[in-house]
Amino acid sequence: MSLLEVKDLGKRFGGLRAVANVSFTVAAGSIKALIGPNGAGKTTLFNLIFGALTPDSGQVWFDGEQTDGWKPHQVAAAGMARTFQHIRLFPKMSVLENIAVGRHVHSRAGFLSSMFGLPWTRREQRAVREKALEIMRFLGVEGLAEVEATSLAYGQQRIVELGRALACEPKLLLLDEPAAGLNMRETSEMAKLIARIRDTGVTVLLVEHDMTLVMNISDEVLVLSYGEKIADDKPLAIQKHPEVIKVYLGEDDA
Amino acid sequence: MGRWRHLPIVALALAVIAVHLLTTVAGKPQYLTQLTMAGYYSLVIVGLTLLMGYTGQISLGHAGFFAIGGYTSGLLTTYNLYPRNGQLLVSLLQACGLLLAGKDMYGADLLLVRPWAACGVALLVTIGIAYLVGKPVLKLRGHYLAMATLGFGTIVYKVVLGSSLVGAADGISDIPAFPLFAGLAVTGKSALRTQNYYVAWGLVLGAMALLTNLIRSRVGRALRAIHGAEDAANAMGVDTGRYKLQMFVLSAALAALGGVFLTHYNGGIGPSEASVMKSVRYVAIVAVGGMANLWGALVMGVLLNFLCLRGSFGSYDDAVFGLILLAIMLFAPDGLLRAEFVRRLPGLRRRLPQRRVP
Ligand SMILES: Nc1ncnc2c1ncn2[C@@H]1O[C@H](COP(=O)(O)OP(=O)(O)O)[C@@H](O)[C@H]1O
Ligand SMILES: [Mg+2]
Repeated sequence: MSLLEVKDLGKRFGGLRAVANVSFTVAAGSIKALIGPNGAGKTTLFNLIFGALTPDSGQVWFDGEQTDGWKPHQVAAAGMARTFQHIRLFPKMSVLENIAVGRHVHSRAGFLSSMFGLPWTRREQRAVREKALEIMRFLGVEGLAEVEATSLAYGQQRIVELGRALACEPKLLLLDEPAAGLNMRETSEMAKLIARIRDTGVTVLLVEHDMTLVMNISDEVLVLSYGEKIADDKPLAIQKHPEVIKVYLGEDDA
Repeated sequence: MGRWRHLPIVALALAVIAVHLLTTVAGKPQYLTQLTMAGYYSLVIVGLTLLMGYTGQISLGHAGFFAIGGYTSGLLTTYNLYPRNGQLLVSLLQACGLLLAGKDMYGADLLLVRPWAACGVALLVTIGIAYLVGKPVLKLRGHYLAMATLGFGTIVYKVVLGSSLVGAADGISDIPAFPLFAGLAVTGKSALRTQNYYVAWGLVLGAMALLTNLIRSRVGRALRAIHGAEDAANAMGVDTGRYKLQMFVLSAALAALGGVFLTHYNGGIGPSEASVMKSVRYVAIVAVGGMANLWGALVMGVLLNFLCLRGSFGSYDDAVFGLILLAIMLFAPDGLLRAEFVRRLPGLRRRLPQRRVP
């Protein structure tokens, strides 16, 4: 059964077709990779799926609901979470606080109840903190709780951003280049981490340039070039796909 | 943390009492008048601190909200409805017990809106206007938001300056006292000076208790997230548009509350309260207090407003606040307590939160 279904999605920026009639599905519980050269439209596709951009045409179906035209916070509430290609942590906030923001959709204290510090809001706060710490333990960064998130090394910032998305307890996790800027050891740890996340039942859609990572952990690979889908198959088949070799793998791997 | 939550509020309450005792011992009870007024201005400042410092949304129009509160309450409690007695609306208000009949000093009949009702209307009017202004304007960012709120502030200023209904350049005077309970009233009468000092600071304490709760809460965390990375906050499920609007309306309501009480305390209000220079002053105080520092803004606000009201800056008030803004932006954009030269002082260094790098 597919958790995400994208139908004929299209987006133009002026004269540029950034995403052109792309259709695909992501099966529940799987890892799907989205690859393609720089400027192929991968981030734009993520933004369309998440509601950060409105599509010019096409539909997005997530978990049985048509979500195109929704705002990102509505998509998040429906059970999707994401990380960003260019890390977007909250500055001047600790790692713990950054991850706690990810609990937003699972808590409900509003302006009035918070201002009056009602007892249930304080219990909720404690639960948020516990959950954030639990996620930090899962990621192996529990020692960094009180550190300012944006002061961390790049690799750790990527982990914290991932933790923030996990705090949403998403059904579908969108990761935009989770290994960008990481060294080889960090990259292979990130791959293991993503596989572990999938094992907890989270469906993953990820953009990645590191082919070893992509081929090792993905169940399916979708290839974009100039906004168009040119292949959508199992990793082994993708590696043999002539057009993919030509436009993408051919550049450095073949 | 839980157990010590109320410590800063208790400390503030003790400080309020200590300052009162100090003025008594020093034989300067008249200082309480300026401290009362400074208290009311603090309501604007702490609300604006949450909006600017925590949520990252600038407003150069908060003097407008202060003035809308003050003017609405001032107008309603001085506008004589007696000649309209018998009209449907007036009869209705009277039936609801919202009106007060009396006679002026010449014995002519008066029919005025009761101050508590006027205060309620003033707050509701401000909340309504803040909602209508904030809804489109908060979609803007940075300079554009600053300019749009500046435009709003200018409109309020020009309207109160040009309307004869609210006394044009003279403003409204002879605004009656605002009776609270048990003989206590918001009024400038020197017999009630001490009581009024405690009324003002009681309100400030209440506001600080609510706002410190807010910044520690889920909402406060979301507001800071909006400040830091709005798109990421939105992706985490924060309805950023709604949170910004709610914070804007809350800060406007606090400004209006300050405006209402100060107007009844002074017995009048003039257009200078709505001037853009007043808005700039509030922004300068938030900045010098440390932007995202509620207590810093409160302390600097009381200090600077007190000095201003005592006339320490002569006629250079506005220039002083302009200078403060300029200096802060150049040398300490994160506020005085976080300025680099303060950080280098060895004693302070240990006590200030440091950026820790593991
Ligand atoms: N907000 C935008 N406005 C205009 N052009 C954009 C915008 N976002 C992306 N583009 C363009 O769309 C194309 C696809 O970009 P992007 O989705 O970021 O590619 P990828 O993530 O695959 O590298 C690029 O040519 C890029 O310059
Ligand atoms: Mg990209």
